[in-house]
Amino acid sequence: MIYVYIAVMAIVTYLIRMIPLTVFRKKIENKYIKSFLYYVPYTCLTAMTLPAVFYATGSLASAAAGMAVAIILALKERSLVTVAAGACVTVFVVEQVLHVMA
Amino acid sequence: MSDEFRKGLKDGVPIALGYLSVSFSVGIMAVSGGLSVFQGALMSLTNVTSAGQFAGIQIIAAGGTILELILTQFIINLRYALMSLSLSQKLSEKMTLWQRLVVAFANTDEIFAVAMSHQKSLTFPYMVGLQSLPILGWTLGTILGAVAGGILPKPLGNALSVALYGMFVAVVVPVAKKVRPVLIVVIIAAVLSCVIYYVPIFSGISAGISIIICTAVAAGLGAVLFPVEEEGE
Repeated sequence: MIYVYIAVMAIVTYLIRMIPLTVFRKKIENKYIKSFLYYVPYTCLTAMTLPAVFYATGSLASAAAGMAVAIILALKERSLVTVAAGACVTVFVVEQVLHVMA
Repeated sequence: MSDEFRKGLKDGVPIALGYLSVSFSVGIMAVSGGLSVFQGALMSLTNVTSAGQFAGIQIIAAGGTILELILTQFIINLRYALMSLSLSQKLSEKMTLWQRLVVAFANTDEIFAVAMSHQKSLTFPYMVGLQSLPILGWTLGTILGAVAGGILPKPLGNALSVALYGMFVAVVVPVAKKVRPVLIVVIIAAVLSCVIYYVPIFSGISAGISIIICTAVAAGLGAVLFPVEEEGE
């Protein structure tokens, strides 16, 4: 029975991803729809990051520090890997420091 | 190996590493929810989505109905429809139907983010390369989590869990710095998301629905207030 649940989940998820990718093969001409789709990645990623990132680590402080470093590196237009690694290292270091201080 | 495929593989490395850590917790949860290691791995391999799988495991564990499962998956994963719609505009015109059917499979938040930040239009080899390692990492992490429970020391897990958010920042911030309307819609989305999260009357709104609302409202306002005249890239 669990396999049926897994299959249903996989099918629903795939259809949601697949239909908009195959049906809309012609370039969209409408200015407003194009604009909406242009903004979607940025608003979606932002909504997923804030405020969730602050609760992703062991403490609010380490998460905030990691986020701050990521933003600084991104403002300097460093690569994806550098920004992500900078955030990780910062969280790790801050948590170690907090641990020692505690 | 084509250059495009190799470039895709390389861009997929940070995603795969992030997934390894996140899917670890999916694996732990799958086993505690009554799934076998194999079933957990199968779910990750065929779904490749964190929020949807978390919800699905909860429903399975609670003995929920198929209808409930379908509705939850639909709502939580609806954001992928927006992403696929957006992605479809950036795919190379040469891409055939069956290639699109393949590329659709793992259009996750992070793969979408990286794909959209890619400078050129997206080719099939690039997309296959980009998706390969993250799918592998996601499945492997699930297996590791399911088998080994607390193998990853907590501080390391905490640090790795911000990798994905770091990538989101790397995608959004440079564009927001240069393009004023993007900065404004990003601020709208951030404020809206925090309001829904922190203001008690909105506490009934699930994370998936909140993402849909914030994405659509902020992007919708952007489209009305600052319509992009030509290709916004």
